[in-house]
Amino acid sequence: MTASQGTTGLILNEPLLWERGKPGRTAFSLPRRDVERKALDPRHAGPGPDFPDLSEVEVIRHYTRLSQWNFGVDTGLYPLGSCTMKYNPKTNERQASLPGFAGAHPLLPDELCQGALELMAHLQELLAEVTGMDAVSLQPAAGAHGELTGMLIFAAHFRNKGEKRTKILIPDTAHGTNPASCALCGFRPVALKSNERGVVDPAVVQELMDEETAGIMVTNPNTLGLFEENIQEVAEIVHRNGGLVYCDGANMNAVMGIVNMKAIGVDVLHLNLHKTFSTPHGGGGPGAGPVCVTRQLEPFLPVPRVVQEGGAYRLSQDFPLSIGKVHAFHGNFGVLIKAYSYILSMGEDLKKVSQLAVLNANYIKERLKDVFHLPFDRPCMHECVFTDKKQQAHKVTTLDMAKRLMDYGFHPPTIYFPLVVHGAIMVEPTETETREDLDRFIEAMRAIAREAQEDPERVRQAPTKPKLRRLNEAEAARRPCLAG
Amino acid sequence: MKEIHELNLAEDVRYTQDHEWARLEGDTVVVGISDFAQDQLGEVVYVELPQVGDTFDKGEEFGSVESVKAVSELYMPVSGEVVAVNEELEGAPDLVNKEPYGAGWMIRVKPEDPAQMDSLLDKDAYLEHLKGLES
Amino acid sequence: MRYLPHTPEDVASMLQAVGADSLEELFAGVPETCRRKDAWNLPEPLTEWELNAHMDRLAARVASSPYWKIYLGAGSYEHHIPAAVSYLLGRSEFSTAYTPYQPEISQGTLQGIYEYQTLTARLLGMDVANASMYDGASALAEALLMAFRITRKKKRVAVSRAVSPFYRRVVATYFAPTDYEVVELPLLADGTTDLSGLGAIQDLAAVAVQSPNFFGCLEDLEAAGRAIHETGAVFVACFSEPLAFGIVKSPGAQGADIVCGEGQSFGNPQSFGGPGLGMFATRQDHVRKMPGRLVGRTTDLEGRPGFVLTLSTREQHIRRAKATSNICSNQGLCAMTAAMYMASLGGTGIRELAQLNHDKAEYLKEGLLQAGFSAPLAAPTFNEFVLKAPAGFGQIWKRLQQEKIVAGLPLAPLYPEMEDHYLFCVTETKSRDDLDVLIREVSS
Repeated sequence: MTASQGTTGLILNEPLLWERGKPGRTAFSLPRRDVERKALDPRHAGPGPDFPDLSEVEVIRHYTRLSQWNFGVDTGLYPLGSCTMKYNPKTNERQASLPGFAGAHPLLPDELCQGALELMAHLQELLAEVTGMDAVSLQPAAGAHGELTGMLIFAAHFRNKGEKRTKILIPDTAHGTNPASCALCGFRPVALKSNERGVVDPAVVQELMDEETAGIMVTNPNTLGLFEENIQEVAEIVHRNGGLVYCDGANMNAVMGIVNMKAIGVDVLHLNLHKTFSTPHGGGGPGAGPVCVTRQLEPFLPVPRVVQEGGAYRLSQDFPLSIGKVHAFHGNFGVLIKAYSYILSMGEDLKKVSQLAVLNANYIKERLKDVFHLPFDRPCMHECVFTDKKQQAHKVTTLDMAKRLMDYGFHPPTIYFPLVVHGAIMVEPTETETREDLDRFIEAMRAIAREAQEDPERVRQAPTKPKLRRLNEAEAARRPCLAG
Repeated sequence: MKEIHELNLAEDVRYTQDHEWARLEGDTVVVGISDFAQDQLGEVVYVELPQVGDTFDKGEEFGSVESVKAVSELYMPVSGEVVAVNEELEGAPDLVNKEPYGAGWMIRVKPEDPAQMDSLLDKDAYLEHLKGLES
Repeated sequence: MRYLPHTPEDVASMLQAVGADSLEELFAGVPETCRRKDAWNLPEPLTEWELNAHMDRLAARVASSPYWKIYLGAGSYEHHIPAAVSYLLGRSEFSTAYTPYQPEISQGTLQGIYEYQTLTARLLGMDVANASMYDGASALAEALLMAFRITRKKKRVAVSRAVSPFYRRVVATYFAPTDYEVVELPLLADGTTDLSGLGAIQDLAAVAVQSPNFFGCLEDLEAAGRAIHETGAVFVACFSEPLAFGIVKSPGAQGADIVCGEGQSFGNPQSFGGPGLGMFATRQDHVRKMPGRLVGRTTDLEGRPGFVLTLSTREQHIRRAKATSNICSNQGLCAMTAAMYMASLGGTGIRELAQLNHDKAEYLKEGLLQAGFSAPLAAPTFNEFVLKAPAGFGQIWKRLQQEKIVAGLPLAPLYPEMEDHYLFCVTETKSRDDLDVLIREVSS
């Protein structure tokens, strides 16, 4: 193996913004004043905020230094399970910054924004094609926002039918957003225990699915990286009892071109464009969480919706059963452009994306399963879940090993999730990683497993190479300091 | 995390299955969480307590205790009215970790029926309960 | 395909390592009946050349500055974005990172967001701001839900009719499946909110007022706060144009308990309405009831200052169904952008820029009044205002599009009683010449 990627370089300290600057400096070019000054009504006048005054060079250096303390996909392998940290193509950024898109006002008359409407209409068609669903809303601003929209659609559907259903079944492998999204819509989440194969057991669904249950919210492939193999039977039980099936499509990257979501019984599905469709995560957002539904639920989609009439597009509010609006305007359009650009760049190769994502994950699983405990030893989808069971004897935990990976120059995987696996290490390499980088990651993981035996203290003390060592999170929460 | 034999289980309190403890002091009952509970949570960062004068039934939720990455609800060991809360915990929640049976106490209750104390677990029964959780 | 690095040899050797004969075989875990049999109808992949041409064609079919002069605001504002800001937010260490769950290698995002929280709190006159919500509308919905947590057991909120109709629509959507109720507060003749009926509304958890409001009018928040607090409700102050607080008294200084609104104005392109960011701030006492992510200051093992995500026990990944919100992300990069923009303006710059916005809007207002428009709403305004157009303006409004001018937003579709009323917005991006052209055109 070649030398570890992780090294240390010259990283500069940088104070807080307001510890820099001097009153009177600016980094902003104001346009020439060509109108008279008019005083604001004194009843409303205020002193203005206490912001520091900085020069442009100071602003640039400040943020350039901050950026150098960060690790992004462009820095290196970022195998964060359930997050699909694939490469974010740069051409997408070019498209989103075209003046016609970036400068578009959301309330332009329809005839003045045909290009934006056409893009939305076409993206909706493409997402419907990729998922197999019938209709799409692009309005939700994130995955959790898509879930909320989906649950609002559930609620509207049952209200429209005059049924009062108060519960939703949620498997124990679910993302925390699922029960929270349910709760916001007045549904009570009922936990569904996965079986010994790590998937939903139809018999359990049969037992719980009653007339008060609105349906099920299932992530497929689930957060153990396993395909919910009983999904059709589960969907059939839910439908037979008058319920609906929601699928959290966060893991769609595993099954594009492989599974038609409508065909397996899904009624509502949300996608994470920032995962599957390559838009950058931005250090926590913005994302986009389009919701895809069957024809039956289409009337409930948020408004306004893009409709096409005689070669022209317009925004229509004319959907009386619609749940309303979940965003002030049309969702995160800037993110939609990037996902659209990606889909057009990939076309039918999206199937290849899923195949290679699954290949990469299985490759890692096979090459590490002798040194890390694998709770479900069978072919995985786009991610695999290990645990720290083999390292427990040396009192080395998942957290310790995650931190140690940083010293080797990798972003750690997702840890301690899903909750059903004790000490979970969830690895999702994505399809954009080369075999060489996967090998380097595997070597690093194996080296850490060796260190856990031979020099556990070194692992427990990690990381030592980043700008800071482990941070005191208890102190931060006990005496919160949230503003300077 | 501690092994069972490393736990400090006070002798002068009674325990609930949810890991609260209750100690009869005169005509009031002092309530906190066990060494096992604080150890499982890790560093306690916040304790949400009720107001003096609130009344709860046995088994009802009266507050919660938080570590950095977990929240645990607190349940009443006996029915009664809250007559005091440990205000020290607001500034020093880590007392729950350091002295779970002493300075880390949470509320003082005027019990509706002191005989309810008899229904709680003594140290040995609690220890058995913990062993059952482990397997 | 340039994003897929696997050579045929890579695929073959990796398949061998995992013990599969083909890529199809990797999907053995997907039951045969779940496999997609239908051919999908996706286009052939575009080259970058073809993609550019396609996107250029679409983008060219949208009216945008500088070729168009668009006098629309209503929650989305055209402001100059310094080249330095666009450049910095393009740094991929920021844009291609995930949520900063691993603080040791995410200090750039964390310090940046901490600075955003601080500048936002200072701007709004509050103690604490979160790391941002999706947009101004969802921030308002979340603020009202938070008020129910603060006041407990109450079931009703009152929202001014002068709050953006788009925001109110989102609130209604969020509330539809719950047993919470929204009461609408009527307008006064001057374009501000009539709070005189508050006392008669029972069970009130919160009252929301926007300033500058949807009509651009500045509300007397101090008086509103007094009236609201008398009822025991939480005072939610909302906004869509944060630049106003460069010269307008902050909502925090006027007694607001929660301040929320849209922050797009600060360095984020309009982008057909998103992404922007929901700014959200409150008082220290309410922090644990707050939705959304928070960054806090702490120290590392060696005592060096650093930042972490904190108070996470409020959030969905820990408290699940009992979380303060289902929100998982924030508009991270948009919040960073807003902070870069606030830092670029500085305290001196934001006052100047805000004043200039106000003055240019006043200039146009004056000119249009002389051109025969009338001002039905008398309350002072910032960079947006409502005027009633003279008869026949509808035709001119249409014709002006041929001159590449969008002369304000017709209000009748949103407020049926406001026939012939238009909402105009003027920012620093319009020169006096531009304004004179508009005034001349409508006079003719």
